[in-house]
Amino acid sequence: MGLLSDPVRRRALARLVLRLNAPLWALPVAWLERTMRSVGLEVYTQSFSRKLPFPDETHERYMVSGINVYGILRAPRAASTESLVLTVPCGPDSTNSQAVGLMLALAAHFRGQIYWAKDIIFLVTEHDLLGTEAWLEAYHDVNVTGMQSSPLQGRAGAIQAAVALELSSDVVTSLDVAVEGLNGQLPNLDLLNLFQTFCQKGGLLCTLQGKLQPQDWTSIDGPLQSVQTLLLMVLQQASGRPHGAHGLFLRYRVEALTLRGINSFRQYKYDLVAVGKALEGMFRKLNHLLERLHQSFFFYLLPALSRFVSIGLYMPAAGFLLLVLGLKALELWMQLHEAGVGPEEAGGTSGSSPPHPPTQGVGLASLMAPLLVSQAMGLAVYILPVLGQHVAAQHFPVAEAEAVVLTLLAIYAAGLALPHNTHWVVSTQAPDRGWMALKLVALIYLALQLACITLTNFSLGFLLAASMVPAAAVTKPSGPRPLYAALLVLTSPAATLLGSLFLWRELQEAPLSLAEGWQLFLAALAQGVLEHHTYGSLLFPLLALGLYPCWLLFWNVLFWK
Amino acid sequence: MAAAVRISLLVLLLLGPGGWGQAEPPRDSLREELVITPLPSGDVAATFQFRTRWESGGGQPWGQGVSHYRLFPKALGQLISKYSLRELHLSLTQGFWRTRYWGTPFLQAPSGAELWAWFQDTVTDVDESWKELSNVLSGIFCASLNFIDSTNTVTPTASFKPLGLANGTDHSFLRYAVLPREVVCTENLTPWKKLLPCSSKAGLSVLLKADRLFHTSYHSQAVHIRPVCRNAHCTSVSWELRQTLSVVFDAFVTGQGKKDWSLFRMFSRTLTEPCPLASESRVYVDITSYGQDNETLEVYPPPLTTYQDVILGSRKTYAVYDLLDAAVVSNSRSLNVQLKWKRPPENGYIHYQPAQDRMQPHLLEMLIQLPANSVTKVSIQFERALLKWTEYTPDPNHGFYVSPSVLSALVPSVVAAKPADWEESPLFNSLFPVSDSSSYFVRLYTEPLLVSLPTPDFSMPYNVVCLTCTVVAVCYGSFYNLLTRTFQIEEPRKGGLARRLANLIRRARGVPLL
Repeated sequence: MGLLSDPVRRRALARLVLRLNAPLWALPVAWLERTMRSVGLEVYTQSFSRKLPFPDETHERYMVSGINVYGILRAPRAASTESLVLTVPCGPDSTNSQAVGLMLALAAHFRGQIYWAKDIIFLVTEHDLLGTEAWLEAYHDVNVTGMQSSPLQGRAGAIQAAVALELSSDVVTSLDVAVEGLNGQLPNLDLLNLFQTFCQKGGLLCTLQGKLQPQDWTSIDGPLQSVQTLLLMVLQQASGRPHGAHGLFLRYRVEALTLRGINSFRQYKYDLVAVGKALEGMFRKLNHLLERLHQSFFFYLLPALSRFVSIGLYMPAAGFLLLVLGLKALELWMQLHEAGVGPEEAGGTSGSSPPHPPTQGVGLASLMAPLLVSQAMGLAVYILPVLGQHVAAQHFPVAEAEAVVLTLLAIYAAGLALPHNTHWVVSTQAPDRGWMALKLVALIYLALQLACITLTNFSLGFLLAASMVPAAAVTKPSGPRPLYAALLVLTSPAATLLGSLFLWRELQEAPLSLAEGWQLFLAALAQGVLEHHTYGSLLFPLLALGLYPCWLLFWNVLFWK
Repeated sequence: MAAAVRISLLVLLLLGPGGWGQAEPPRDSLREELVITPLPSGDVAATFQFRTRWESGGGQPWGQGVSHYRLFPKALGQLISKYSLRELHLSLTQGFWRTRYWGTPFLQAPSGAELWAWFQDTVTDVDESWKELSNVLSGIFCASLNFIDSTNTVTPTASFKPLGLANGTDHSFLRYAVLPREVVCTENLTPWKKLLPCSSKAGLSVLLKADRLFHTSYHSQAVHIRPVCRNAHCTSVSWELRQTLSVVFDAFVTGQGKKDWSLFRMFSRTLTEPCPLASESRVYVDITSYGQDNETLEVYPPPLTTYQDVILGSRKTYAVYDLLDAAVVSNSRSLNVQLKWKRPPENGYIHYQPAQDRMQPHLLEMLIQLPANSVTKVSIQFERALLKWTEYTPDPNHGFYVSPSVLSALVPSVVAAKPADWEESPLFNSLFPVSDSSSYFVRLYTEPLLVSLPTPDFSMPYNVVCLTCTVVAVCYGSFYNLLTRTFQIEEPRKGGLARRLANLIRRARGVPLL
């Protein structure tokens, strides 16, 4: 592997990095095109524009337009049916120019080789993930997020695998690998194994979730450290955010991961040649694939790079948690049956006993009302904040982004007042049977939702199950109500989010103060809504339309009169 | 006396050639040609064409039972007479011609294997002949053409016209098939080379060295057989076999950025002697200078003649080296070429034949007029379905190929071409029939498409589950059937006809039936 071994290439790379280090407010499209063409690639550009639903305060953008540049290395004697992607997301503020330089050097090196069997696409996207999303949608000729973009002129068949590269500084002390994608999707474990193999071969220091790999598994430190890594991965996956540009590729069944060069660890230091060698090795291996990666796991949790927890091990945990709901529902159903069957059997055959049929009818109506009202609250949480942002911004001294978040919280809190408002519909006849029936429905509803979520995104399902199941199981209108109320509020979806944020920062060894936590919470809410609209992340609609109404049902049960 | 003898000798000498010409059977002829075109991207394309003409059977090309072969390969000659072929076109291609970067190709071919044939109207069962033909060709060319069956064969109605002499175009005698996954390698090149009269011993075919030809960006070899007119008045017909081979050398990789090339550097061979059987053996080098940049090109050795014509709608200049001219043949030649390329610019009929599952593929043909400088997008929606479990290939996760689509067009020429004598013009210019001089024919192919279908997990547990379920279902089903079925003896009906008649009458009368 003679990458950068000759001084000419090394000098060229140095020149590139120097050029790219100049302050850079927009992507130097013309320069990139020229450079890519000069190394012998087919170069194309794609322009895109997107108006976000409300201003993104974290990235400071609202109306976004940019240009993606990509060059295709055509494999000789191949009919452009398969390709690999090396992508470098660039933003106006991002400092990813080292990655661009490395990518161009790799492109120049790859172009001179004759063994390529798949086309290789070198992609530089502007506005990091937005550009990636625009490019992917145009490449697959779909439009799922309302992105406006020009059609792609050059294509290279079905993408088999993709690697995203982010280098924040020219000194790389370790390579961090990110696997969690949009909605908690994960790439095939073999891709990760491939990366780990080349890390070991090149003697690179590799980290997962920013944590060093535990060396000593016999003492308590090693397992403890891997539990921390595991928890970080669970939180990261549960958030449903793409943890790097690779996350968007996974939706199109392209195995992908993000490599991040990190400059934080003490005496280790690598130049870009080592990173380039690892990348070259990965691409050569992927080039030799006859089929897509499919032999290994798609569902796993990672306590360390070299170890994984397979789905067969972790799924029973979630199953037992959900079993609690099922058993509780069974118990309620039997209680209902015992309470209802006795009198009904007495009068059911004659069909003329006046008090019993109304009991049935009222029970159903009293169930319908809370169900409908809580679903309507969920719909309001989902729709109103974005729809009413301008009205809110006009009448209150807040910006649009703040307006969205505050409206969201206000509607969320207003849902807590629900039981008092629905009392006029609820009959007072047979109060015991009423709340039991409602809780039965709520338990089944929750169990079904959590089971579905767990199947697609285990971390999210498990996190929600662990927080919501105990409170849901014990809630009833009698007994220590304030205690139950406190428990329910603490395990509501929003509170779970807040708690997760604190836990996350705690695990990253950067603990939050209360005020910081609140600010982070507001930002996370805004990001969640925004990611649903820009990338199609499902966490926000799931919480707003599914779990929040379900949680309101339990709140209703608690305050049943 | 002496004078008289001399005169008679003279007369004999004068008559001699004519008399032999009458007595001797018509001669076959071989023309060979190599065109080297520097492409606008800096790559170099080399196109070989070998044309063998078979003057068989006294002007009747469909004459059966001709058994005299001289230059024409016997394998193909027998094929023609056995299957009553009128035209045969077979191409084997590895790679994809990138029209955007390389310009319009002389010879178009889709990636993989493409076979299309016109049968004579005496053939009764076209499908059967087609099947046998593809199997025989599969053996001749060592290619997997035997995988051509009804599921990938279509009968286009608009796009594929006969290229040779044709008196009727009934499309029911046309069959067309593409195998996009076919891989082309030396095992296909060797039988192709063996069809050449000089094999690879002399002439241009010396350059056909497998390890160099497959060290390229694009490799396409083809065989075209068609009937052509023997002379300008078309009084008699002869068979024409064209063997073509196009390769594109990647100048970037081999030349380290320079655009220089030489025959030796490309093929690791030089031309030393012409093929003694060839009546014409020429090398054309595209030296058209487009006059946009002041780039100079130098050709060594300097060509003795040049040839100018309108090729694919633009005027081109070629340096011509005639190998039969002894002055030309030297040990090596090289030339430096630097060129800029100018790309030539570019009523409703829709024929759709829907697919039948596992029987025949979809066929969609559209005749559309494209406005200038426009982008036309034809999109087809499809659903991914689960296949039957025996239909998966050994590598199901690789995906399934969809054949490339074909675009045939008569493109108006920028420069009017002068009508040239068909027989005199170089081979690369005369494969496709030109109806008038104001337009030229182009056929383009798109890339094949790789579609990944939903695949079950073909691992051991899956197989175990499948097998167990099948066994249980079969055993359980038959046992259950045996245990629960009750057997009864049915009484044979008596008086079938009489009873039926009686019932008819009763029905007419409105009385209950018997």
